[in-house]
Amino acid sequence: MKNQIQITLKDKIRDVFGEKIEQNAQKFLNLNTGKVKTSKIYNVTYSLDSNSIEKFAKLGLCDEITQDYYLNQFYKNSIYKSFILVAKMPGVTDDEGISAQKTLADILELDLDVNTQHIYSEELFLIENELSAEDLKNIAENLLGNKLIQHFEYGKFTGKIDYIPEVHISSNIRTEIVDLNISDADLIDISCNKVLSLNLEEMKEIRKFFNDEKTIKLRKEKKLPEDPTDCELEIIAQTWSEHCKHKEFDAIIDYENLETGEKKQIDSLFKTYIKASTNIIRERLEKVGNNWLLKIFNDNAGVVKIDDKSVFIWKVETHNSPSAIDPYGGAITGILGNNRDPMATGVGGGKLLFNTNVLCFGPPNYDKPLIAGQLHPRRIFEGVRHGIEDGGNKSGIPTVNGSIIFDERYSGKPLVYCGTGGIMPMDYNGKPSWDKPIDSGDLIIMAGGRVGKDGIHGATFSSTELDEHSPQSAVQIGSPITQKLLSDFMTEAALKGLIKCSTDNGAGGLSSSVGELALISNGAEIYLEKVPLKYANLQPWEIFISESQERMSLVIEPEKLAELYDLAEAREVELSNIGKFTDSGYLEVRFQNEIISYLDLDFLHNGVPRKHLSAEWKKPNLVEPNIPQNLDYNDILLKLMGSYNICSRENVIRQYDHEVKGKTIIKPLMGKDGKTPQDAAVMRLDFESFAGLAISNGICPKYGDIDAYEMSAGAFDEGIRQIISVGGKLPEINDRSNRFWTVNDNFCVPDSAFDPVNNLDGKQKLAKLVQMNEALYDMSTFFNIPMTSGKDSMKNDFKAGNVKISVPPTILYSMVAKVDDVRKTVTSNFKAEGDFIYILGKTYDELGGSEFYKLFDELGVISPKVRKINAKRLYEKVTKANEQNLIESCHDLSDGGMAIAISESAIGTEFGVELIISNFEELSLNAILFSESHSRFVISINPKNKLIFEELLGQDCLLIGEVTSEKKVKIALKDKIVVDVEIDELQNAWDKGLGN
Amino acid sequence: MKNVKALIITGFGINCEEEMAAAYKLAGAETKIVHLNDIFSEKISIHDYDIMNFPGGFSFGDDLGSGKVLSNKMKFKKMKSGKLFFEDIKDFLDEEKFVFGVCNGFQFLVKMGLLPNLNSDFEQEITLTGNNSAKYEDRWVHCKVNENSKTPFLKRIDKLFVPVRHGEGKLIIKNEQIRNKIVEKNLNCLTYCDEFGKETSEYPLNPNGADLNCAALTDETGRVFGLMPHPEAFLSLYNHPNWSQLKRQNPDIYEDGEGLQIFRNIVEFIHRKNVKSTKKK
Repeated sequence: MKNQIQITLKDKIRDVFGEKIEQNAQKFLNLNTGKVKTSKIYNVTYSLDSNSIEKFAKLGLCDEITQDYYLNQFYKNSIYKSFILVAKMPGVTDDEGISAQKTLADILELDLDVNTQHIYSEELFLIENELSAEDLKNIAENLLGNKLIQHFEYGKFTGKIDYIPEVHISSNIRTEIVDLNISDADLIDISCNKVLSLNLEEMKEIRKFFNDEKTIKLRKEKKLPEDPTDCELEIIAQTWSEHCKHKEFDAIIDYENLETGEKKQIDSLFKTYIKASTNIIRERLEKVGNNWLLKIFNDNAGVVKIDDKSVFIWKVETHNSPSAIDPYGGAITGILGNNRDPMATGVGGGKLLFNTNVLCFGPPNYDKPLIAGQLHPRRIFEGVRHGIEDGGNKSGIPTVNGSIIFDERYSGKPLVYCGTGGIMPMDYNGKPSWDKPIDSGDLIIMAGGRVGKDGIHGATFSSTELDEHSPQSAVQIGSPITQKLLSDFMTEAALKGLIKCSTDNGAGGLSSSVGELALISNGAEIYLEKVPLKYANLQPWEIFISESQERMSLVIEPEKLAELYDLAEAREVELSNIGKFTDSGYLEVRFQNEIISYLDLDFLHNGVPRKHLSAEWKKPNLVEPNIPQNLDYNDILLKLMGSYNICSRENVIRQYDHEVKGKTIIKPLMGKDGKTPQDAAVMRLDFESFAGLAISNGICPKYGDIDAYEMSAGAFDEGIRQIISVGGKLPEINDRSNRFWTVNDNFCVPDSAFDPVNNLDGKQKLAKLVQMNEALYDMSTFFNIPMTSGKDSMKNDFKAGNVKISVPPTILYSMVAKVDDVRKTVTSNFKAEGDFIYILGKTYDELGGSEFYKLFDELGVISPKVRKINAKRLYEKVTKANEQNLIESCHDLSDGGMAIAISESAIGTEFGVELIISNFEELSLNAILFSESHSRFVISINPKNKLIFEELLGQDCLLIGEVTSEKKVKIALKDKIVVDVEIDELQNAWDKGLGN
Repeated sequence: MKNVKALIITGFGINCEEEMAAAYKLAGAETKIVHLNDIFSEKISIHDYDIMNFPGGFSFGDDLGSGKVLSNKMKFKKMKSGKLFFEDIKDFLDEEKFVFGVCNGFQFLVKMGLLPNLNSDFEQEITLTGNNSAKYEDRWVHCKVNENSKTPFLKRIDKLFVPVRHGEGKLIIKNEQIRNKIVEKNLNCLTYCDEFGKETSEYPLNPNGADLNCAALTDETGRVFGLMPHPEAFLSLYNHPNWSQLKRQNPDIYEDGEGLQIFRNIVEFIHRKNVKSTKKK
């Protein structure tokens, strides 16, 4: 039996969402829909009498002030000639339906099963104009939904909707035995057909293990088949996936520099550069008894010490592949998944303080034909933005900063970097919070959402190139409300000492979480029939590797179980007791008492054969462009201000809650009008003190086309200088105040493994990756700024037929530094008329890769280079100046160079600027205005501090002008005016850059 | 003012409870953050407190309309003893105690019928729904206080500059009669305005298109108060989007945020009331 309830707005109420659809159909699809009326349909499959269903519709679903409800009939109005129904496909998260179930139980005082789906929500759009089926399909698929996860119906509305996405799976549950003693071609077939993403060598290694006499003997004793089960193969594939084992960052690389003839072998990029640099810094710190680096690389997130009472945990991840095919779902799952890392570091239960997001997209005006499966960059942008909005806002975590970069090469796979910082008490009931102890006999408790088919093969999927046949189950939609309940519960349970430790279920699901935790006690036993499901009849292996979201694996001591269950019941979080840790050395998985997997943990985690890759470096053949003479610099400045990589992100920023929790001190936009863009975010840690954090992002992939080493070094410098800009201070080994710096490195590169057919320039790409790592090591050890966690994403290519769109090699350095007093931090907006403006740091003729050259479609040869010693000297001076409160405003120089930085500092204030440029003798005007040389700032000071400031900064500062009351940017080269443009005009160009 | 006890409700996606608690602490009250289920299970009694607060957040992810599911939970859920929680709230109000809701909390109060509650029958008379911009926005707005409003929450305040952070803040009133009564009784206690204090319906100064440019309501007693903007997000000068320039202009500027005054007002008011009633006893 089914009841259908439709909720519509009363005709007299303005339908703002309908209006938006009408506008967007016109703007993006050139379709005239006429009026659009939105409505919701709730299909209720619980058995309810007519009074009950009426009461539910009236009180539970309908807002009587603005809405009407229709029970088992639909709103009718002959002015609407067409309709579109947007429903979810079976198994796709339907939070609205689940919330409706919960309110039904509340209102009717019923004891209902609200954990599985019984109410299905759908959206019905009535459209005034009679549109063709093709046009309606266009609107449905390109404006209203995504055909990978949604079911559409459209045409002329008949007053009947039958579709309900109930999940039906035939009940043929069995565990398959897979014979691996077959030909190489057949081994590859198995890997492909089962989406294992294992190569031939790896398949053979697995065969070798199962053919080993010891294995055969043991399996006989255990009454297991000689050949592996499907579950075992799936566990190995998940554990050995690039996503989980980082095989390329762990590979042996033969590197040859064809320019110099230098050859070297690198034994793991991760160990050689990332881990080694942090270890060096740790040694330096420990030598003087400084131990704020509490945990690095070996948990879900790195941990550093804030003070004796609390620790800071933080992690940045990417979610690129899922965001390419379902931008909303990919991004929301990405941010919620990343939130779970700091939530489940050590014991877990940390409180999340902030999110950051860095996004790389194709340009919104992309006009090349889309290849199969490729979504338009504008759609990806909007979907990802929306996912981050819901993921952050609905979880009550402020999104405090980020960055958006446009480049045509991100049109296939976008890059979606999600970062989250959190705080845990230093200890819970006297036990260190960041430790992860597990003993044999501890219980494995799954908490949070249920398990369905969603996200099966996510871990292996992200390790492959995308193509038009990408599996639908790779798409998932996160549920922020489920996770919010879970995270509140965990915080409470951890404070009560009920949780021994925890980890999250992300990529690889239980297989990954339990498989990794099992290493601590050296064994685990799981009973899969105890795992609660969203719907019946999942295969056992599917249950084990499903990536259904919002789940944690908790390690619980048996004596704490009852109290934990009581709390979970009171907080409406579902727990299931699914197994226990052992010290057997094996991962044992049972389903209804039958062993379906019995894997040696050592083989599982250490048995993957190492990759051997080749890298070759040859300098690209580039030339310096001829830029026309006698440029109109007003026009250039306006064009730059409106260009994609520079223009305002306000429309995006305002849709993120960047100040929930009340601790955000420097927000993304500040100043009189709340429009001036800032460098790093600053947050205070609590309401009792003014200690805080500065949070920055360094990323500049464009320079990598010229020099990958300098690109990576530049990104590192950008991360540092943003924090210096807001008033941060470089780390000092001897500083005993736990004034930590912590970095997450995130590499996103195209397929860099050479292949004579599919990846001809693989060696060159790998050489760039090596150079990016060398820069990381050099910068990190020079500045004593350590990596504490990070991630690599190795296959950022989008393929269909013989077209491949590959991202440029990209590195993001996300940095957090402790700030002593947030009240002393510095914002970028000019503060007062008459203040003197200085440029700090030397400008070089480094226009290669600049936004200025991009205006002329040119790349150039000389890109910005980091001069570490000079940079450090300057940063230390800036800090000294800030200690004396000398700097009124500070903005770091990046995209667009000096001319853009001074314009941005004036935007949203009541001021303009007047500059006279005379002391850059050897540089061209283009370079003075637009060179993007690193390690520079534009600052302003109160004129009364001129002498003391100049004495402090010496040759590192150059007075270039002053803040004026005339709202103009005026720049004179000696006595010739080269720029004279109204701030309002600049702001207009800046505001409209993204077409909002 | 230690005798003022503020209860702060949380759970189900409410997420501004900590800054709300901080606000009361700064204002000198004793505070406790309590999960709604601990009230339903009668581990905690609301009657032990002077003021019940509903902070902002995304209860139930705004599914079915903001505040809808949670307000129905509070209306229909029975406590352990069998008493309707809603009856308990009514008793609480009968004790002349105070109820405060911010953002999502305001949405509960409106949808439960606690505001404006013109007929004292707790029927829903207005709603808060999707912004005219059709999007969620975080932006700072100017509001001016209705000088005829009697609510103690807004005493000594003429203007407020505070952030709104919502997608569903557009106030719509059921009918003309209710609208007139709200105006007549000065229940529309806070109005979106420009920086000079002039009321406006212009976006984004009025961020959502609310009828009467209304940002907040009280009931006739003035003891129930709800608003869309977040005063608890402006407890310190350093929450202000232009704090650094304000400090340059006035190095001795007061380091408290404007939003804190609302909490100070109500804590002080309750304190005086409690002192008086103790004296009477």
